[in-house]
Amino acid sequence: MFAALLTTLALGAAFALALRHAERRLRAARRAITVDAIDALLPQTQCGQCGYGGCRPYAEALARGEAELNRCPPGGMAGVRALANLLGREPRPIDPACGREKAPAVALIDEDVCIGCTKCIQACPVDAIVGASKQMHTVVDELCTGCELCVPACPVDCIAMVAAPGAAREQRPARPGSAQGERV
Amino acid sequence: MAVNLRESPSMRIHRFHGGMRLDLRKQAALARPIRACPLPPELAIPLATRGEAPARALVAHGQRVRRGEAIGRAGDAHGTTLHASTSGTVVAVEPRPLADAEVREGLCVVIEPDGADEWLRLPPIADWRAAPRELLLERLRDAGTVGLGGGAFPSAIKLAAAQPTLIVNGAECEPYVACDEALLRERAEEVVAGAALLAHVLGAARTFIAVEDAMPEALAALEIALHDAPFAGAALAAVPTRYPEGGERQLIRALTGREVPSGGLPQDIGIVCHNVATAAAAWRAVARGEALTSRIVTVTGAGVAEPGNFEARIGTSLEWLVAQAGGYTARAARLLAGGPMMGIALPHDGVPVSAATHCVLVLADHDLHDDAPELPCIRCGECARVCPAQLLPQQLLADLCADDLAGAQAHALADCIECGLCAYACPSHIPLLDWYRWGKAELRAQGDARARADAARGRFLARESRLARERAERLQRSAAKRADAAASAQPGAPTSPISKDAVLAAIARARAKKRPPPAGGAPKDGA
Repeated sequence: MFAALLTTLALGAAFALALRHAERRLRAARRAITVDAIDALLPQTQCGQCGYGGCRPYAEALARGEAELNRCPPGGMAGVRALANLLGREPRPIDPACGREKAPAVALIDEDVCIGCTKCIQACPVDAIVGASKQMHTVVDELCTGCELCVPACPVDCIAMVAAPGAAREQRPARPGSAQGERV
Repeated sequence: MAVNLRESPSMRIHRFHGGMRLDLRKQAALARPIRACPLPPELAIPLATRGEAPARALVAHGQRVRRGEAIGRAGDAHGTTLHASTSGTVVAVEPRPLADAEVREGLCVVIEPDGADEWLRLPPIADWRAAPRELLLERLRDAGTVGLGGGAFPSAIKLAAAQPTLIVNGAECEPYVACDEALLRERAEEVVAGAALLAHVLGAARTFIAVEDAMPEALAALEIALHDAPFAGAALAAVPTRYPEGGERQLIRALTGREVPSGGLPQDIGIVCHNVATAAAAWRAVARGEALTSRIVTVTGAGVAEPGNFEARIGTSLEWLVAQAGGYTARAARLLAGGPMMGIALPHDGVPVSAATHCVLVLADHDLHDDAPELPCIRCGECARVCPAQLLPQQLLADLCADDLAGAQAHALADCIECGLCAYACPSHIPLLDWYRWGKAELRAQGDARARADAARGRFLARESRLARERAERLQRSAAKRADAAASAQPGAPTSPISKDAVLAAIARARAKKRPPPAGGAPKDGA
């Protein structure tokens, strides 16, 4: 009986050593998560709904481990899942305090109402609005990210968010309803 | 009989992974010869398919066009030209519903035929064997020759680089679809001439013209045609009838024993595949100067009265086409664009024939098995056994059910050829193909969103650096002004108690103080 006990102990010790070694080796092999890698998954609207004032600062906060990963409504649940995948954290539904996930939209300026104050041009983080002082402004659809930053900037409330062109034309197949739901 | 028809008896036919023998049901459509579909009262020619960039119409409302006249250019990099399919008047340029999985509706040029069907041909290149390949490629571009096997990919692009091997694909493997077989039976000489032309353009040393061994009439017709007009390096091949033998990758495997690399193209291993109808269309474009204005469409299924193959103008509505085939029967239950395995169910028949429409299938109610309930996966592995792309359908399903698109991507979802065999073989009736199509569309959308985000980041960074530069320049200017003023101000000269520069400097200081700490938001001042 003593021999059996000794063998078990020796085996246990050997496995413990092997596991510790493996754990160290694998941890070294794990890639460091860079701010750039996180930033690449964010939608770059610079809308500030996350509370960090922009995509890059949010990516930095995520890299430091200070921020929740569910604070980006424009990225949607797909974005949350991509972040969770990269960071090795659990995906969580979008924080309603930050906003709701919306269909892709672009800003549209009511050109009859626009007074040409350039305030929206200054608010646009991607220079998607063209126009000059006392001249009518207009949004370049292809460049607009739908961040909505120009909407509160307008003193005459002439900017509305409308469905992105092309979104209606495009037909994506629906997600099949599933009898497989719970089995993963 | 098939064996002695092969030119080189030593040629070995390889086997691809998976696949299935299916009930072919092609006889109904092949019972009659190819019929010319009469001119419909209106032709709606789609300018873009496959969700490309928006197309540009080259004609305006009210303009008279002739058959073969360029009416539009696709907005993609390839700029495929589209042509009027008969002579008449343009009555509208507007978005119309399309028979496409990705695009609900697209820009169409609507032509009211005048009945004269007057051609505007390009100058024929009779001695194409002596013509430089650039000239022939330009002709194929101008004539709008695209892949007629269902892909509608511009042929000139596939031919742009010289490759040693050409495969002319007549292995029409999907049940019901018989347009290529009808073409081979009746116009094999055009296909052989087209194959010779494509081989010439490609500089191919070896050309395989492949059909399935279940098409003996087509094979015999091809043999006669090739005997009459032989060309160097040509070989006929009868491949086993096994779905999806006509898939590009599967056919390459069968004929050469080589695998197209995952995520790669046949061009990567020196092979180009073209459909037999594409070869015939290319020959017509070069030797007769005829642009692509019509194609052969199989109209079949238990839901139509007189199934058959029709030579239909591009832009003919499916409604008109089905009416030529005797109309719907009482049992008609479902309309598909394409065959039963890969086709797309259409909500109505008010969509036009495009270059990609090879089959219009109307299934009867007794063909449908929708009522079979979907059951949980029992891990039988039947799907993996039949998958010709050697994927892991169960694992892909698990990834997609969990919304793990990255996982599905890692398991090579992009290599799925959407043949539909996994769903066909599944004893639990899981709509696997629907899942994979959904996953592929989601991945595509995700890729687009990433590309847009990258572009937005570029513009944001450019704007930030511009604002920083402007701010620095402003500060520099005001500092220079201040220095100027200090130098010119004489002691004792009358000066105003507070200078304008001092005010500006104070404003700048106040702004600097107000600016949030570095971790805060993007500065909003400037411009």
